[in-house]
Amino acid sequence: MTITGKIIAAHSNRKNVSPGEFLMAKVDMVLANDITAPLAVKEFYATKRKKIFNRNKIVFVLDHHVPNKDINSAENCRLIREFARKFKIANPFEGSNGGIEHALLPEKGLVNSGDLIIGADSHTCTYGALGAFATGVGSTDIAGILLTGEIWLKVPETMQVIFNGKKRRWVYGKDLILKIIGDIGVDGAHYKTIDFSGETIENLSMPERFTICNMVIEAGAKNGIIAADEITRTYLKKVCRRTPIYYKNDPDAHFCRVLEYDVSKIEPLVALPHSPQNIKSVYELNRIHIDQVVIGSCTNGWLEDLRIVAKILKGKKVNKNVRLLIFPATYQIYKKALSEGLIQIFIDAGAVVCPPTCGPCLGGHLGILAKGERAVSTTNRNFIGRMGHPESEVYLSNPAIAASSAILGWIGPPEEIGLK
Amino acid sequence: MKIQGKVWKFGNDIDTDVIIPARYLNISDPKILAQHCMEPIRPNFSSLVDKGDIIVAGKNFGCGSSREHAPLAIKTCGIQVVIAKSFARIFFRNALNIGLWVFEIPELYNLTKEGDRMIIDLKKGFIEHHTTKEKFTIPQYPAFLQQIINSGGLISYLLKNHRRK
Ligand code: SF4
Repeated sequence: MTITGKIIAAHSNRKNVSPGEFLMAKVDMVLANDITAPLAVKEFYATKRKKIFNRNKIVFVLDHHVPNKDINSAENCRLIREFARKFKIANPFEGSNGGIEHALLPEKGLVNSGDLIIGADSHTCTYGALGAFATGVGSTDIAGILLTGEIWLKVPETMQVIFNGKKRRWVYGKDLILKIIGDIGVDGAHYKTIDFSGETIENLSMPERFTICNMVIEAGAKNGIIAADEITRTYLKKVCRRTPIYYKNDPDAHFCRVLEYDVSKIEPLVALPHSPQNIKSVYELNRIHIDQVVIGSCTNGWLEDLRIVAKILKGKKVNKNVRLLIFPATYQIYKKALSEGLIQIFIDAGAVVCPPTCGPCLGGHLGILAKGERAVSTTNRNFIGRMGHPESEVYLSNPAIAASSAILGWIGPPEEIGLK
Repeated sequence: MKIQGKVWKFGNDIDTDVIIPARYLNISDPKILAQHCMEPIRPNFSSLVDKGDIIVAGKNFGCGSSREHAPLAIKTCGIQVVIAKSFARIFFRNALNIGLWVFEIPELYNLTKEGDRMIIDLKKGFIEHHTTKEKFTIPQYPAFLQQIINSGGLISYLLKNHRRK
């Protein structure tokens, strides 16, 4: 069996499972946010049941439209807060105890290797980087879990992606996942698990691994998975108090497709509008002028990302035609960025530093694009109207390209501002 | 149950940000959500739809986010059935959970155009093109999902099958 198969089997009292099977699985942690929780909570109330399955296994994160962008958002947040209080939910997060859910849960130690985690948010797949099975569903499924602690799942097939070789300068986890999405397309991993391995993955930091698993949904995958190793163990030891279970693919595990990459051939990539699969090397682009740069989100709002950005921005000024917005993913990251002096560098360079929130990533609030405007963003989606007006455009990139583009005024690599 | 209506055609990879932009996700009133359904690519879509109309789309319909507001907005427009070459998995789950019919019939796409009238017989399991009289079989759901549908949705299924706490 594969890692995903083993985790699903362990959570459904089964010795074996095979792809295509439907079954009910027990959930270790369930997550919903200020967009998806209200519908789930309302459905739960409608059943008139008095008990939730387990108050310790429920996480609510208010992160999308917060600080409340309008009255409706405020009402949604209140509904969640009241539910959390009423049922004594152990893990409600907001304000300076919060941040963007998919950076927050690992940081708070709520994700463990071997866990089965279901979230009412499509990027729940991020946690696969820690060797957990994690996938996104909608609000009704969450209401079902609140009632029973279980979810129906169809066992996915697994597709294997192997990365070998050394990354070039200015290439990060973001570029590796963009490369795959570009190659297989936005439904290339439809309903499948993507299992990442190889020498390059073994040498990647946790944040870069999170970035990779975060975007498997952009290829239509159900989940991404990276087998736990020393880097995972060190990370978990620091944050998670539960005992992890480390699964490995069996030597005879079946993979429906195998892709192998020599990473040294991959250049920093940009996804052009309006699909994450429209991939081009940054070196191929002719001066595409931009109005805004967004750095942050559950994809690339990690401390490590902010350090990369600070290195590039230090002592420089953002182009006068560009608005640069920087969103650390969580308050803990924000505080560290502050104590390391990164925030100072950002502001001196002309950036606006925003609170940890989803904000512009989904065109919710803060940094909405006007008609015809163009943005470079370290987020994960560039669909039509994702960040504002239907005729605005979003280009996805890694944090280094985003930072150098902010200085240039067009989409370009750090080499163009004299960095090597 | 029989459904009759005209076809609204959409291409490949219709994502949830197009079905219902995120700036409206602070709304949970389905009627207001419906007013903004497909807004980025077809403004006023909901006012053009008549009850019983169907959406025919290409591959990967509903890709992107997990927002259940997407199938809810479509359903509240009056669309009861979406037929696509394929569906993104979260959208597929959500649609079944809230009672929007979703069928994968790849061959139907090239044989229909916008405005064609279709008759859908859910009981007998076929779809008929009103003019060409061509018939398409509605594929059966896996038995497990059929149980959920027969129970009247996920929550009723769980309430019936899960021991009361
Ligand atoms: S940062 Fe963007 S992609 Fe991540 S959870 Fe928030 S809205 Fe979704």
